[in-house]
Amino acid sequence: MMHWIIAPIVLPAILAPFIVLAARHHFGIQRVFSVAGVLAQIAIALGLVWQTSDGSVILYQLGDWAAPFGIVVVGDRLSTMMVLLTAVLALFVLLYAIGSRWDERGWHFHALFQFQLMGILGAFLTGDLFNLFVFFEVLLIASYGLMIHSGGDVRLRAGVQYVLFNLIGSTLFLFALGAIYAQTGTLNMADLAQRVTLIDPADTVGIRLAAVLLLLVFAIKAAVVPLHFWLPSSYAEAPAPVAALFAIMTKVGAYAIIRVYTMIFPPELEVTADLHTTWLMPAALASLAIGMIGVLAARKLDRLVAFSVIGSMGMVMVAISMFTPEGTSAALYYIVHSTLAAGALFLIADLVRAGRANLELVAMPAVSGAALTSALFFVAAIAMAGLPPLSGFTGKLMILDAEFDTPQATWIWAVVLCSSLISVVGFARAGSVLFWKAKSVTPPDGSQPMPAPAALSYVAIGGLIALLIAHTVFAGPAYRYMANTSAQLFAPQPYIGTVLETPGKLSTPTKEEH
Amino acid sequence: MGLELLVASAIGILTAAGTYLTLRLRTFPVILGISLLTYAVNVFLFASGRLTVGAPPILSDAAAYTDPLPQALVLTAIVISFGMTAVVVMIALGAYLGSNDDSVDDPAAASDTRGEETT
Repeated sequence: MMHWIIAPIVLPAILAPFIVLAARHHFGIQRVFSVAGVLAQIAIALGLVWQTSDGSVILYQLGDWAAPFGIVVVGDRLSTMMVLLTAVLALFVLLYAIGSRWDERGWHFHALFQFQLMGILGAFLTGDLFNLFVFFEVLLIASYGLMIHSGGDVRLRAGVQYVLFNLIGSTLFLFALGAIYAQTGTLNMADLAQRVTLIDPADTVGIRLAAVLLLLVFAIKAAVVPLHFWLPSSYAEAPAPVAALFAIMTKVGAYAIIRVYTMIFPPELEVTADLHTTWLMPAALASLAIGMIGVLAARKLDRLVAFSVIGSMGMVMVAISMFTPEGTSAALYYIVHSTLAAGALFLIADLVRAGRANLELVAMPAVSGAALTSALFFVAAIAMAGLPPLSGFTGKLMILDAEFDTPQATWIWAVVLCSSLISVVGFARAGSVLFWKAKSVTPPDGSQPMPAPAALSYVAIGGLIALLIAHTVFAGPAYRYMANTSAQLFAPQPYIGTVLETPGKLSTPTKEEH
Repeated sequence: MGLELLVASAIGILTAAGTYLTLRLRTFPVILGISLLTYAVNVFLFASGRLTVGAPPILSDAAAYTDPLPQALVLTAIVISFGMTAVVVMIALGAYLGSNDDSVDDPAAASDTRGEETT
């Protein structure tokens, strides 16, 4: 059995306690171990991506117990790709946190960061719904600590809202899991995929309820309107590197929706057939519209970026809610783009914050290092708003193309194009107020110019931007990879077969457990 | 039948009370409400393996047994919700002591994106 697939979870689980226990008072050692850990994650993730790129499914049975009795960790194209994306984003976020010294402004940044990675990567790799809940809780409890890192009244208050909202989400998740277990007697995803089809068509109330509850839970994570209310305050008030890392957290929700609603409740399953088109699609369009209107309406830069995250999640969900292979490939391409762009924008907002009294979009004296910062903002805003030539544009093109033949195409095209225009105006206004008009404001007499941000901060943001450019230049190969990924998602039989038929302890096919 | 009615109505009452309290505007009732909701979901999870009286939660020679898996799930859920409640109490206390205000919603200045607060 291949053991590397469990390494992305085990590595941070060992590193984090080590950082807390052995290196508590030594920031240098913490930084070295944290960066080395993330670099090792990237190497492992690259190996896993390479291994699954031929379409094979990696299975790891914990304690050698056969599924569905034991817990399994499963890697296919989609999960390993998300692991790689998380690790790469984490590296640049960590470099920024070190460069901007955010990690010194409170306790245990690096340990919580590693625990957060453990939760996110575990959620991507697990093959069991209850385990998914547990990893959600791991990533949430670490994110509570990171969210209020370095304290402050406003941040604590936003933290309370964030925690309470997510506690309610966790409770809903448990209700959904209980309902699913009561109906099917299993929580292993592959096993569920088989058993859901066996349910008596006359008695589907329970399973339909569970499917809707699960969709609600994942929609909270993905910040789909009207379940997005936790996002603007918490992302805007969180420390910048934390907010940038949170850019992947909304994608955990999107990942869970893709995984569960292609494998367990696929679109052709009669029980839940109308769920996507009736509920998810309008909600996704509303997210897109409200997110981009929020970009135009925001009066502070950090909230502007937070609303652009909601808008881009709306774009992702529009593509997902088609549940066609083309739509899903476009969604996956856009997920990578939106994670990198949102991460870069949050970090750039912090560069601006470092040189100003606050982030309000009014003209103030120019921030130090404004030339480079404004150039980075320009590029990242172009990517996020979806203007050519960057990957936001190619991603949008793929989504529009995938929706072209559908009955809802008029609506989708109208909302996508109008919201793009609105976001372009919003970003252009913010950029011109922050960087352009600043030239005409003379700093008050006797004020010292703020020191320019550290070079390492620029390296981190530049790295994210470079990845965005690479994602555009290599859009062809990237899209082919996404197309292969979604082909694997819509033909889940090899995945299910690998999980259920690999022998382990108790490998004799059992009858019923009940 | 009596047992089912008892358990089902207990879950219902706990959920209703929890939902009501969660919709309040101050942190203390909201945290209490979420605690009630987690109690409700624990009982619900426990009942998801069907209610059986006086049977061991393990496969044995006896004809009847209780499904052991929900009991394991409930244990996990209890531990997690306990930890989460402790965390939210601490953060809420910090926010209350810092700003001398324990309402859950944004203050007027912060919810308006004009942003009167100093960050």
